[in-house]
Amino acid sequence: MRNPLSDTIVQIKPSGIRKFFDIVSEMKDAISLGVGEPDFETPWHIRDEGIYALEKGRTFYTSNSGLKELRQEICNYLKRSQGISYRWDSETLITVGGSEAIDIGFRAMINPGDEVLIPQPSYVSYEPCAILAGAKPVIIDLKAENEFRLTAKELEDAITEKTKLLVLPFPNNPTGAIMEREDLEAIAEVVKKHDIYVMSDEIYGELTYKGKHVSIASLPGMQERTLLINGFSKAYAMTGWRLGYVCGPEEIIRQMTKIHQFAIMCAPTTSQYAAVEAMKNGDADVEMMRESYNQRRRYLLHAFQEMGLECFEPYGAFYMFPCIKEFGMTSDEFATRFLEEEKVAVVPGNAFGHCGEGYLRISYAYSLEKLKVAMGKLEAFITRLREEKKA
Amino acid sequence: MNNKLRDEILNIIEHNSRIDTKELAVLTGVQELDVVNEMADMEKAGIICGYHTLIDWEKTDIDTVTALIEVRVTPQRGQGFDSIAERIYKYPEVRSVYLISGGYDLMVILEGKSLREVSSFVSDKLSTLDTVLSTATHFILKKYKDHGTIFNREQEDEREMITP
Repeated sequence: MRNPLSDTIVQIKPSGIRKFFDIVSEMKDAISLGVGEPDFETPWHIRDEGIYALEKGRTFYTSNSGLKELRQEICNYLKRSQGISYRWDSETLITVGGSEAIDIGFRAMINPGDEVLIPQPSYVSYEPCAILAGAKPVIIDLKAENEFRLTAKELEDAITEKTKLLVLPFPNNPTGAIMEREDLEAIAEVVKKHDIYVMSDEIYGELTYKGKHVSIASLPGMQERTLLINGFSKAYAMTGWRLGYVCGPEEIIRQMTKIHQFAIMCAPTTSQYAAVEAMKNGDADVEMMRESYNQRRRYLLHAFQEMGLECFEPYGAFYMFPCIKEFGMTSDEFATRFLEEEKVAVVPGNAFGHCGEGYLRISYAYSLEKLKVAMGKLEAFITRLREEKKA
Repeated sequence: MNNKLRDEILNIIEHNSRIDTKELAVLTGVQELDVVNEMADMEKAGIICGYHTLIDWEKTDIDTVTALIEVRVTPQRGQGFDSIAERIYKYPEVRSVYLISGGYDLMVILEGKSLREVSSFVSDKLSTLDTVLSTATHFILKKYKDHGTIFNREQEDEREMITP
C-alpha cells in the first residue's frame, strides 16, 4: 500500500506533554499540578445564557465572523481596557479558541520559507502550526535572568531578512512571565525598524498580578502590524466552550476569515451567546478568580522560598516555573521520580522548548487545600534529594 | 485604612475562619502585623462579629428543627421596630431577626429541638407579645445551600490530569 501520510505532519514531534500524560493517566490517586486550565467552573450566569440560547432554539450557524453583538462587545472591551479601536465588522473574527486564531493567523500570513520567531519556553502549538503553514520556525531562548521576558537584544539578534512574524506569548504559559510597557516599547521599536509583524497571544491577559496587562497593539504604530489573539477560556473559565477571537488589520483578518469560513464555518453558536453575557456582566467573576489565583501564587512563592527552591516571581497566568538544576537531574527525571515517589504530577519544563530544561511548570489552578498537600510532598521529595546528594 | 486589604481579608475569612494570621499575611502579600492590626480594628468596629462554623446538623445525631417565622407587628411610637425586634432576639432559641420589606415586618429564624418546641415558642412567647399582630411559621424541610455553601456536593475534578 502507498504511504497514506503527509511527510510534513509525520516530521512534527508529538507534544512533549502527551508523553507525560500517558504515564500520569496510568496512575490512580495522583495529585496533579499539571493542568493548563482554570479549576473554576464557568460562572453560572454565563452557563445560564448558553442554556437559554439552546432553549430559544438558537441552534444555527452564525455569520462566519461570529455574532455581531459579540464582536461589538469585544471591540468595546478592547477599547476600554487597552484603548485600542477595532472595527467590529472588518477587524474582528470569532474563532474556535485562541488556538484556531494561532493556526489560521500563520496560514494567512506565511509564504514558504518565511521565518517566524518563537520565544520559548512557550505554549506547545506555535512551532507545529508555523511549520504546517510552511514557515521556518526560529526559536528564541528566553532566559531566567530576564525573568523569561523577551529583550530587544534577543529579538534583534534573531531577525534575518526572511523574518516575517514574531510570536509574542505574554502573559506566558509555562513561565508566568509578563511583559510590561517598557519591555514592549523596546520590542515595538525593533519590530517597526525591521518591518515585521507580531502575533500577540494574550489569552492570559486578564490574569496579571502586577498592574494591568498592556497589549503591544496599543503602542504607537503597532496596531497595524499586530494580530491580537485572546479568548474566553482562561479569564472566564470557559475552556470547554472553545471560543476565542482575533483582532487585527483588515487585510489579514479578511484572509483569516476565508480560511475560517472554509475550514470551520463559524465558532459554536451556544458558546457565542454565552460569551456575550461573559463580556457584558463577567467583570466581577474575573476579578474574583484573579484574586484567588493571586493568593495561591503568593502562597506557592512563599512555600518555594521556605524550602529553598529557586523561582523568580511570576506576575501572570497561573503558573510557577521553579528551577531544579541544583538536583542534577533533567526535568523529565525529576518529574517522573516526583510522580512515582510522591504521586504528584507536574509538567517538565522542556515540554515547552529546550530552554525549559532544568525547570518545572507548576500550575496553581487548584484549590489552596490541594496546593498545600502538594507542597508538603514537594518539600519531602526535595529534602530527600538533597540528602541523597550529600551521601 | 487599607480598604483593599480589608476586603481581601474578609473575603478569605468569610469562607475559612480557621486560617491563621501568618497564612493570611502570605496570601494577601503583607506583613503579619498588618493583618493582626487590621483584624483587631475590624473586630473593634463590629465588622467581624464572630468566627462561626457552618454545620450540616442533619448529618449529626443531634436533632434540630429550623423554622422561618413571618411576624406582623405594630411599630411603636418613637422606636419603630427596634424595641420589638430586641424583645424577640433576646430569646436564645432565636437565631436571626431581620426587618423585612413587603407583606410582613420581621423575619425570625428559630432553631429548636423539635416541632413541639418550636410551636410552643410561637404560641406561648411570640404570639403573646402585645405588639405582635400575627405570625406564620414555615418549617425548613431540607437545607440545600447555606452561607454560600452547597451541602452534599460531590467535588470531583473532571479535568484531564495534564494539559498544555
